[in-house]
Order: sequence, then structure tokens, then C-alpha cells
Amino acid sequence: MGTLLRRHRGLIPYLLLGPGVLWLLVFYAYPALQMFVSSFWSGTLETGFDFSPENWRTYPEAIDRYGEQFVRSIAFAGAATILAFLIGFPLAYAIAFRGGRYKSLLLFLVIAPFFTSFLLRTISWKIILGDDGIVLAPLKDLGIVDSAFRVLATPIAVVSGITYNFLPFMTLPIYVALEKMDKRLIEAAQDLYAGPWRPGGTIAGALFGAGTFALLAAIFGFDLLVFAIAGGIGGAIVGTLFLSEAFLRVTLPLALPGVFAGTLLTFIPAMGDYVNAALLGNPSTNMIGNVIQSRFLTNADYPTAAALSFVLMAAILLAVAVYARLLGTESLTTGRGV
Amino acid sequence: MVAAPRPSLLDRLARAVDRYVLFVFIGLTILYLILPVAVMALFSFNDPVGRSNFAWRSFTLDAWLSPFGVPGLEAAVWTSVRIAFISTIVATALGTLIALALVRYRFRGSGTANLLIFLPMATPEIILGASLLTMFVAIGQPPFFPLNELTILIAHIMFNISFVVVTVRARLAGFDRNLEEAAMDLGANEWTTFWKVTFPLILPGVIAAALLAFSLSIDDFVITNFTAGRTVTFPMFIWGAQRIGIPVQVNVIGTAIFVIAVGFVALTTVLQSRSAGRPARLRMVA
Repeated sequence: MGTLLRRHRGLIPYLLLGPGVLWLLVFYAYPALQMFVSSFWSGTLETGFDFSPENWRTYPEAIDRYGEQFVRSIAFAGAATILAFLIGFPLAYAIAFRGGRYKSLLLFLVIAPFFTSFLLRTISWKIILGDDGIVLAPLKDLGIVDSAFRVLATPIAVVSGITYNFLPFMTLPIYVALEKMDKRLIEAAQDLYAGPWRPGGTIAGALFGAGTFALLAAIFGFDLLVFAIAGGIGGAIVGTLFLSEAFLRVTLPLALPGVFAGTLLTFIPAMGDYVNAALLGNPSTNMIGNVIQSRFLTNADYPTAAALSFVLMAAILLAVAVYARLLGTESLTTGRGV
Repeated sequence: MVAAPRPSLLDRLARAVDRYVLFVFIGLTILYLILPVAVMALFSFNDPVGRSNFAWRSFTLDAWLSPFGVPGLEAAVWTSVRIAFISTIVATALGTLIALALVRYRFRGSGTANLLIFLPMATPEIILGASLLTMFVAIGQPPFFPLNELTILIAHIMFNISFVVVTVRARLAGFDRNLEEAAMDLGANEWTTFWKVTFPLILPGVIAAALLAFSLSIDDFVITNFTAGRTVTFPMFIWGAQRIGIPVQVNVIGTAIFVIAVGFVALTTVLQSRSAGRPARLRMVA
């Protein structure tokens, strides 16, 4: 064995890869192909399924029937990604630059929720946001909100749940990118007269704030103008106080690979999520994941479910490809940039 | 040195905000992240009427004193632990070998292998589960391939491999090859070199990967839901129970898992920082 290996050194990497790659081929790649094949099935679980290319009609029918849930998934996942970025970026920045010797502890606290069940955390939100729960009950007693006001079973509850669940996925890659950057670059920039960025920062902040809040308002069905103005004012304040030339030209470009990874790690699982919508929403907030889940596991409508899954997968791969083109990173698959 | 202009009011405000606001922000965000965990732990001491554990009533230790006092819960927990344990061992072994191959050797097809490892992490869980389900159904005609603990295990090993590869590879990236060459120069063969030099150095990465794999497996609901058949794991038990009300014991188990996991991570961190008292060169890579 030893001499054989010595004579064929080139074989060693393939022997090391072999078992694991085989597992992924058989239980990841092949099932993905099978799912595509299954979308051309007809039949039932009792009689068995038959393949026929004729069944391509399943696709337009499925999209026609569940297009609404598809669009809602994109909107909810998009809103959750924006919110996670708005919380996650400052959090990662604050820990990386102001964490000092508590960095590791703070980072640990960010991922600590992962050590408990995802389902139980989501159910906790159901308790917290409940109609007479710890948040709404005091507000109702004080008359700040109407007694009929509720958060559960609304898009806000579902998007909040998704945002919460994937926030660490957004925060960690941004943190890693910021943490490994050479802090002396900022000092160098300041030595080279990079100062406060005014009025550029104010304007950029206002535009960014107004844009993102208008988008969120559109997704939630809130008053577009009110939100755009509020976001604009908030963005202007943050932009004036925080956006410096050094941030714009040094920190932000170096953080981009982390932002890229973070947004993908949030958006992709959010697109397929159905647990938050099932636990915190109601039928009118159902996402495409809820449809796929019930078509597969409740109705055993395998062809439709497989077609929807395939469209979801294709949409995500397409979005990732476009996004990668836009932000330009080859480090994603090798993990070196992250 | 040019005399600096007197800082404007805006500059001073920006500096103050920078000094305090970011800390307040960290505090509030971490509170937000921990809040649901705290609520879960708090409600494990609740004494609800019936099965609806949604409103706080009074403090009791009842559930903690009989953590398995609900039919089916004990079996579900042990099923989860068993699956997590086996899938962790298999995925850690397979993933570590892949990581070694990818970092240590240049070979044709490494790009494809990288892609194959990246893709499962970029695929929503629902698609991983659904595609496995279609494959199991496609094997044979009715009654089809039986879904049970074995199919859950297959699925868990599959999604864990990629996470293990990424974790171990991160560790290997800073590896000093000279240490191995030194061992070989001193007469050690490849086998001895691997176990005496390479393995101890990558061990922290392997342990981190195994911890990650275990926690991903024991908490997995979405993929398990598609591959479980009638097998009930702990997350499947919660899902089944949440329609009629979650028994307090579920919060007890959830809290216990959280405490054990956090304790484990704290322990390995302490052990690693203690073992860092080795010669300086080794400390750099370990």
C-alpha cells in the first residue's frame, strides 16, 4: 500500500476526496437531477409516477397558481436581507473596531442563539409579539396602540422572524472582512487628508435611507412618502456623523466581500424559508416554501412541488450569478475571501 | 506640523456619537439576539394551565424535575442525539479528508470539487430536503423507499460535509508545511508525520467542525421534515406539538441543550488557549 501510494503520488488527493465527493454526488447532485425529472411526472403516490416530456405544462400551471407566493418570497426575503444588513453592518463594524478585548465574547454572543433550537426561538417570538404579550400589552394599556392592533399574522411578523433568524449569517462575514483589514490603512488615509465627507455623506446617507425605507414600505404596504421622508432624515443624520472619506474609500471597499457573502447567506435561506411564515404568519403571508412543503408532504403532489422547487433553485442560481457579476468576486466558492 | 483647525461642533458631535452610540448599539442588538433564548428559558419554569405555554402564570420547577414527563419526548430527544452523533462522526471524517486534499494538493478537478462543496451551502434547505425526497420516492414503484432514521442520517451527513470542509480548510490555510518536512527529514514516514505533526495541528479545526456539525444536525428541522417518514426527532416533536401547544418540558430540553452547548464551547476555548502554551512557532499555526 505504501509503495503503491509512493509510486502514484498523484492519486492521493483523489483518494482523500473520493468518499466525501461521492457522498455529495449521490445525495446532493443526483437528487437535484431527479427533482428535475420528477417535475415531468404524472400520477399519484398510490399508483406510482410516470415520466413524460408532455408534462412540461406543470410549469406554467404551477407558476400561474403560485406566482403570488413566489413574488411574496422575493419581497419578504429582500426586506429581511435589507433589515439584516441595516442591523448587521453597524454591529459587525462596532465589534470589529470598538470591541477591544471583548471582541471574542461579543462575537460569541452574536452566534449564541444558534445553540438553541431554531423552532423554539421562533416560537419565543410568537410569545413576545403575541396580541397580549410583553410588547403589545403595555402599549395597549397606555393607549399608544389600538387594542385590535396585532403584529402576529402580518408580514411584519414574518419578516422580523426571518431577519432575526439570519442576522448572524449577515453579521459574521462582514465582521470577518472588517476584522482582517489592516487598521493602519485608515490612519494612512487620514494622514493623507481624508477627513469628514460633507456634504457628500449627508446626501448619500439621505438618498440611501430614503431609498431603502421606501422599498421596505412598498413591501409592507406602508405609506411610501412618510417612510421615504423618515428614512431620508435618518440616513442624513447617520451619513453626516459617520460617513467619512476614509470610510468611503478604505473601509467600505474592503468590507464588500463580506457584505456580498452576508447578503447571499441571508437572502438564499430566506427565499426557501417556510417555518417563520408558518409559525408567525397566516395563510395570506404564505411563501413559496410553504407551498412546496404542503404540496410535497400534505398533498403528495410531487410533480407540482418538484417544478416549484426547480424554479426556485434556478431563480436563486440566476440571482447569485448576476449578483456575483455586479460585485465581482471569485473568492466565494473557494471561501478565501470570506 | 500644520496647526489643526479647531474641530467644529459637527466634528465633536460625531466623535461623541462614535464613542457612545456604537456601544449602545452593540448592547441593544445583543439583547435582541438573546431575548428569544431568555424567553424560552423563562417559560421552562412556567406553570401553565393545559398545554398552552404562551402566557406567564407562576414559577414552578415541575418540568425540570420531570424533563421527559411527556409521552414521546424522551424517544425523540435520543433519536436526535443518535443521528447528530453518527452524522457528525461520518461528516467530520469525510469533510476533513476533502479539506486536506483541497489545501495540500494541486490536482485536476479541484475547481469542480470546490463547486460541489459550495453548492449545498448555497441551496435552500427546503430544496435539499425536497430533492432527496424525490430521489427516495423515485427508487422503485409503490410502496417506495422507506423513510426512516437511515434516510435522515444520509441527509444530515450530506449537508454537514460542506460545513466541515469550510471549517477545517480555514484552519489548514495558515498551516506551516515546514513542520511536516522537518518531521520527514528527521526520519518519520508519511503516516507517522500525519499522526504526530499534521493531525495535532489541525485538531482544533476538526473539533470546531465537529461541534458545528453536531449543532446543525441536532437542530435541523427543514431537511429532516422531508426525509423522516414517521421518525420523530426533537425538532419534529416540537413541530408536531406546536399546533396543540408546546409542553413546558420542550422548553426544559431546549434550555438544557443551550446550556450544554455553550458550556462545551467555553470548555474547548479554555482548553485551546491553555494548549497554546507550546513553543512559539507552533502557537502561530494552532
